[in-house]
Amino acid sequence: MTNVKENRPGPEVTLSPPVDAGNGLKTQEMVISMGPQHPSTHGVLRMELTLNGEIVTRAIPHIGYLHRCFEKHSEAMNDYAKVIPYVDRMDYVAAMNNELGYAIAMERLMDIRVNDRVEYIRVIMSELQRIASHLLAVGTFGLDIGAFTPFLYCFIEREKILDIFEKASGARLLYNYIWIGGLMNDVPADFKTDTAAFVKSFRPKIKELNDLLSHNKIFIDRTANVGVLPEKVAINYGVSGPSLRGSGVEWDLRKDDPYSIYDRFEFDVIVGQGEMGTVGDCWDRYIVRVWEMEESLKIIEQALDQMPDEGDVQEAVPKKIRPPAGEIYCRTETPRGELGYYIISDKSTTPFRVKARAPSFVNLSVLPAISIGAMVADMVAIIGSIDIVLGEVDR
Amino acid sequence: MKTPEELHRILADKFGDEVFELKQDEPVAPWIIVKAEQIREVSKFLRDEPGLRFDALMCLSGVHYHKENALGVTYHLFSTSEKHKLTLKVIMPEEDAHLPTVEQIWKTADWHEREAYDMFGIRFDGHPDHRRILCPDDWEGYPLRKDYQVQEFYRGMKVEY
Repeated sequence: MTNVKENRPGPEVTLSPPVDAGNGLKTQEMVISMGPQHPSTHGVLRMELTLNGEIVTRAIPHIGYLHRCFEKHSEAMNDYAKVIPYVDRMDYVAAMNNELGYAIAMERLMDIRVNDRVEYIRVIMSELQRIASHLLAVGTFGLDIGAFTPFLYCFIEREKILDIFEKASGARLLYNYIWIGGLMNDVPADFKTDTAAFVKSFRPKIKELNDLLSHNKIFIDRTANVGVLPEKVAINYGVSGPSLRGSGVEWDLRKDDPYSIYDRFEFDVIVGQGEMGTVGDCWDRYIVRVWEMEESLKIIEQALDQMPDEGDVQEAVPKKIRPPAGEIYCRTETPRGELGYYIISDKSTTPFRVKARAPSFVNLSVLPAISIGAMVADMVAIIGSIDIVLGEVDR
Repeated sequence: MKTPEELHRILADKFGDEVFELKQDEPVAPWIIVKAEQIREVSKFLRDEPGLRFDALMCLSGVHYHKENALGVTYHLFSTSEKHKLTLKVIMPEEDAHLPTVEQIWKTADWHEREAYDMFGIRFDGHPDHRRILCPDDWEGYPLRKDYQVQEFYRGMKVEY
C-alpha cells in the first residue's frame, strides 16, 4: 500500500489590503463559508466565498461530504447486476435514468438486444422520471429564490408520477427496476391508462407553472442576467444537459448520439434564447427545464401509442453476467446532462472498474467561473439554476 | 467524421509511429496508447487541428492495473462539430505515476484530474489546484487502488468499512 502523508494546504486565498473607508474605519475583503448546512445548497455543498462587500470575488466549491465511493463498492460486488442499486443512489431524484444508462452500457458491452416492449417501457419510465426530476428542480429553484407556493404545486404532480413508479416497481425513490437485459417485472395492467391520464392532466399544469413562477416579475428580476454562462465556456468545461442548452447550444444526446429507441420519436430540443435577459442566464436554464417537460410528454404520448402489448420483459436477462474482456464508455441523457459509464471488464463476474461521469459533478465545476462578480444572494440563484444533486457530485 | 484507425494514422504521421499503439481487438471500440510525456501536445493538436476538433473531453478516468503494477489514465474525447470519438490511454509505472495536465486544454479535466489524483495517486504536472477533491485533504492512501487498505483511525475516529 502506498502511504503518502502530506499536508497540502488549501488553495491560497489572498485578500486585498485594507482600504480606508473615509470615516476612520477600514474595509477589507472577507472570506465566508456558505454551507455545508445551508438550505439552498441542495444538500451538503460548501462554498468558500471571498467577498468584497456584497460582491463575490472568488468562489471555491468544496465537495465530498457525501462521498461513498460506489466505484469501490462495485469492485467488491462479484456481480454486475448488484451495481444497479448503487447507481440508483447517485442521482437519487432521477434513479430510472441512472439505471437506464448503466443497463445500456452493459448491454452494448455484452451485445444483448432487448425486445420492443422493454424498450418502450424504459423510455416511458425515464421520460416520466425526467418530468419528476425537472419538477423538483424548478420547484426547489423557486423555493431558493423565495417563491414557496410553486414548490407545492410541483410536488403534487411529482407525487402522481411516483405513484405510477410505485405500482410498477414497489418503490417511490430508488427503484432497481431497469435491469441488464430487461426489467425487474412487467408493468401492471392499468399502466397505460394511468400514464395517459397523467399526461392529460399534467399538460395544463405547465401553463399554470408559467403563470405562477416563470413570468413572475420578482422571479425574473432575481434570475435574468444573473450567472451568465457563455456557450464556449460551457463546452470547454463539459457542461451538459439543460444547463448547456440554456446557453443556446442545441445539444441533446437523445438526438445527437441516440441510444435505446429515441430515434423513433418526434420531439424538439429546447434551447435558451435570452427572452428575459442574456442567453445563458439563470432564467434561461430554468425555462429550458419547463419546456422540456412538455417535450417529454410528447415522447410519452407517442411511446404509449406505439408500445406493443406482448413481450416478455425478462426474455434477454442473462443468468450469469460475464461480459467479454474489454471496456466501454457509454453515455446517456439524464435530466442533469450527460451521464457516462466507463466500465472495464476482465472477463470475470466482478467489474474491474466502473466509473461514472456524473453530470452534476462536471456542471458544478463551472460554478467558480460564472459566479465572479455576482452578489451573495445571486449565488443561491446560480447554484439552484445549475440543478445539482450532491449524491451524484460526490458518488 | 473519422474512424479511430484514420485518427491513429493522422497522429502517427504527425508525431512519429513509435509513440502510438492502436489496440484493435476490443469488443466495442479501439483505443490508442500515448506516451505520458506527449499527452499534452497530442491533446492540443487534437483539439486545434481543423478536421479533428476534439473540443470536448467527455471523461477522464484513472485505472489501476494491479497485475502489471501500472496506473493508467483514460481520456474519452469527442468532437461536437465533427461528431467523432476517440479514446486515448496513458499507462505509467505504479511507483512513478505522473503526467502533464490537460487542464489548460479542456477545463473538464480540472476536477477529473483531481479525482484521479485523489483516488489513484496519479500526479498531474502543472495542475493549478492539485488537491484531493472527494476525500479530506489529510486522508491516507488512494482508495481506488486495488491494494488499498483503509486506515484504522482518522483524526481519532474509527473508520469503518
